Amino acid sequence: MNDMTFEMAGYSLLPILPELVLAAGAMVLLMLGAFRGPQATGLVTTLAVVLLIVTGGLIVTLPAGKLVTFGGSFIVDDFARFLKILALIGSGVTLILSTEFLADQSRRIFEYAILVILSTVGMMILISAGDLIMLYLGLELMSLALYVVAASHRDNAKSTEAGLKYFVLGALSSGMLLYGASLIYGFTGTVNFAGIAAVAKGGNIGLVFGLVFLLAGLCFKVSAVPFHMWTPDVYEGAPTPVTAFFASAPKVAAIAVFTRVALTAFPSVAAQWQQIVVFVAIASMVLGSFAAIGQSNIKRLMAYSSIGHMGFALVGLAAGTVEGVQGVLVYIAIYVAMTLGTFAVILTMKRNGQPAETVADFAGLSRTNPMLAFIFAMLLFSLAGIPPLAGFFAKFYVFVAAIKAGLFTLAVVGVLASVVGTYYYLMIIKLMYFDEPKGAVDPMRIELRAVLAVSGLLVILFFVYPGPLVSAATTAAKSLF
Amino acid sequence: MTASVVTWPILSVVTFLPVLGAILIYLSRGDDEAARGNARWIALWTTVITFGVSLILVLRFDAAMPGFQFVEKVDWLANGISYHMGVDGISLPFVILTTALMPFCIVASWKSITLRVREYMMAFLFLEALMIGTFSALDLVLFYLFFEGGLIPMFLIIGVWGGPRRVYASFKFFLYTLLGSVLMLLAIMALYLNAGTTDIPTLMQTAVPRNLQIWAWLAFFASFAVKMPMWPVHTWLPDAHVEAPTAGSVVLAAILLKMGGYGFLRFSLPMFPEASIYFTPLMFALSAIAIIYTSLVALMQEDIKKLIAYSSVAHMGFVTMGIFAGNTQGVAGSVFQMISHGVVSGALFLCVGIVYDRMHTREIAAYGGLVNRMPLYAVTFMVFTMANVGLPGTSGFVGEFMTLLGTFKASVTTATFATLGVILSAAYALWLYRKVVFGKLTKPSLASIKDLTLRESLTLVPLLILTILLGIYPKPVLDMSAASIQQLVTNYSTAISAVKAAALP
Repeated sequence: MNDMTFEMAGYSLLPILPELVLAAGAMVLLMLGAFRGPQATGLVTTLAVVLLIVTGGLIVTLPAGKLVTFGGSFIVDDFARFLKILALIGSGVTLILSTEFLADQSRRIFEYAILVILSTVGMMILISAGDLIMLYLGLELMSLALYVVAASHRDNAKSTEAGLKYFVLGALSSGMLLYGASLIYGFTGTVNFAGIAAVAKGGNIGLVFGLVFLLAGLCFKVSAVPFHMWTPDVYEGAPTPVTAFFASAPKVAAIAVFTRVALTAFPSVAAQWQQIVVFVAIASMVLGSFAAIGQSNIKRLMAYSSIGHMGFALVGLAAGTVEGVQGVLVYIAIYVAMTLGTFAVILTMKRNGQPAETVADFAGLSRTNPMLAFIFAMLLFSLAGIPPLAGFFAKFYVFVAAIKAGLFTLAVVGVLASVVGTYYYLMIIKLMYFDEPKGAVDPMRIELRAVLAVSGLLVILFFVYPGPLVSAATTAAKSLF
Repeated sequence: MTASVVTWPILSVVTFLPVLGAILIYLSRGDDEAARGNARWIALWTTVITFGVSLILVLRFDAAMPGFQFVEKVDWLANGISYHMGVDGISLPFVILTTALMPFCIVASWKSITLRVREYMMAFLFLEALMIGTFSALDLVLFYLFFEGGLIPMFLIIGVWGGPRRVYASFKFFLYTLLGSVLMLLAIMALYLNAGTTDIPTLMQTAVPRNLQIWAWLAFFASFAVKMPMWPVHTWLPDAHVEAPTAGSVVLAAILLKMGGYGFLRFSLPMFPEASIYFTPLMFALSAIAIIYTSLVALMQEDIKKLIAYSSVAHMGFVTMGIFAGNTQGVAGSVFQMISHGVVSGALFLCVGIVYDRMHTREIAAYGGLVNRMPLYAVTFMVFTMANVGLPGTSGFVGEFMTLLGTFKASVTTATFATLGVILSAAYALWLYRKVVFGKLTKPSLASIKDLTLRESLTLVPLLILTILLGIYPKPVLDMSAASIQQLVTNYSTAISAVKAAALP
């Protein structure tokens, strides 16, 4: 089996090579863990990170251009490459952030890293999905692994509750998605996105009905209002590194498939899905901004914050243009960088080994840990979208696209919601800078330091050299059209 | 542009020198008295050197050229959004005002700030960089970046080193200003899509459809009116002023408020002439209300800083009035009024800071008879009060006179009301001065109050000289901006007459 004949049943396997390597690697790590037992947790986790890096390298070295296999079911274009790299970064950094969680005697679960990897395989399939079957396969592989990691803190009632809640609601959303997919298949006679686009020309009521259900299922995965209810509970209940994972990589995959489905399968009924996306975006931005104000738990607050951010990302999709997709991609990339940095801070917030998870625990952090407080403040200003930090550019690109597409109401509501959202970010900064300290937090672990430093530098200095990310996003966006 | 050819990027150097100073302060670790001293000295030297370098701008500036000079342009964000810097006769005075006032702010904070000195100095240096950047940016997105970025250090300065209600004041300041600015951001995007670029010189040449002009004008108005601040969106200013530390008030009054007026001059008039003329009655009305109403409000204040804050709103009313008069006197007067107000209000806040450092109260009622123990203080405070009133011979007079002259040409009613406001400003300023400085020194707490120290005198004397110098010889500032203002006014009236001609059957 050399490069030329790397195929199965007549289909080239080259485009799916990174996924195959990742899945096979997960199996090897599973064997390693099964034979060596819990003491192999550290080794398995380290190897998992290496595996993710290798996979990323493979994605970069795949031949350029659009690669398609399995009769159009699996597509590797620049869009997929961009988002896969992002998802891999999200997963890899999550594993790095989980080191401390897994180091505890009672929690040496080697399956954790393997589940994260399997979930990542699901994400990559989801990102490359070219038909509804592949979409569902990817989605379920990703979600099933996520349900389990949510409950990975086995002895903790909250963690198991989070896992169970996520599973029940996730199953419901999968059901809706499948129902929608079956309607679409029924009315178009095909599951292939390109095929649907060709058949759906004028669009009809049955197809639109199916589209609504399909989008409802996807909204659940991106945690967009009104399908967001699981988010705060799961974010709060799951162990913090898992929350960091939920907030980063799966969001990338979900936004990716949302974009691809909407733009490649339903361009002819754009007016219909645009209405839905506009509503969902407005609802998410507004609810995310207002609901976060009352939160006292930092993880719940981040849950509402991520709901709001998904709303902003969807603003770009609502535009439905190349600029819009470019905006979505820039947004999601910067969002991942900010989120991972923020969770590195939340993870390091421990006093005497006890996690300090309420917002009030941040009081006076600028006195006890000035550098930590400074970077966190910058991340929060960036999340609020204040220039010159990276978060501003993220919002800039999506709103430019929205204005170009004539979505003025959406843009105005969006920026106003961002002002409301600024309030709760400012509250945390106020606690850190204006209030009296509550005592020093435990020394920061080296891996958290590294993650925070990289994320902080990216966010603070993005304005100096924004070219690479923006042009990569442009190339990726163009490959969808 | 032969006169202004400088082989090194002088504007960027001026803009980012303070950042370098901030990094130096960060590197000087420690929090003992020595480290605090180091932070103060580094900050002072940085601001002084920045001022020195900015003087090169003045020397090399060709006042006869109306266009932008010292231009730097580097590709930045793709597609027509570039890092484009440059100054003309309108923006250069503001750059100099900023660099000139910053050393005074640092010196004014020398003794009064003892907590977290390093952070304080770093915040001020970052703020300086962002303010200079705002005045020299020639790209809308870059402008917005500097304009909004300034909120972060100012928020921290008010919130960390401010008075008892600092949290309320800092939040109000931040959210109020942000709310206005996000709407401007949308307008910037709309302009970008209209012209395909956010390059300011290009946009000034680009025709904007009337409908877009109206909306964009309103969006820019939302931002600049809050920043200025204009009545009725001025309410954040008294709170911010009262709670901010002395140097914070100085920067706020002297420089940050000017960004609003600068914005109207740089964007509203040249880019949306049609909308500007359409909204001129609104601007006149708001300016006249601001002048009279806030002067009356100032008369009722019990807090010295609050009184000066309201008087700032009234003075900014003259500025907006002059700008929208749209003639040479009006616009030149506005620029001069802004510069003069920058010096005078900055000095007034320094004066308040001096007695506040001694007494720790800003209640007017807590003072009285200061002249008995503080003769030097009484004299300096009097000169700045007179300049605030607009007494001939002080810089305050020139700006008020020119804006009123310009407005008389455009609207006699507005000018009449505004002139009445001048009387009111004399009323509150003299009342304040009498209450604080004159009378018998009866309060026991004041019995041992000391006159100006050498450090305090050193901060006030240059401003004193400047106030009087600009009052009797305003030519340098007026000359510096004359060519650019002439071009602005000519373009504005050409655009308006073109519109009027087109409207005729």
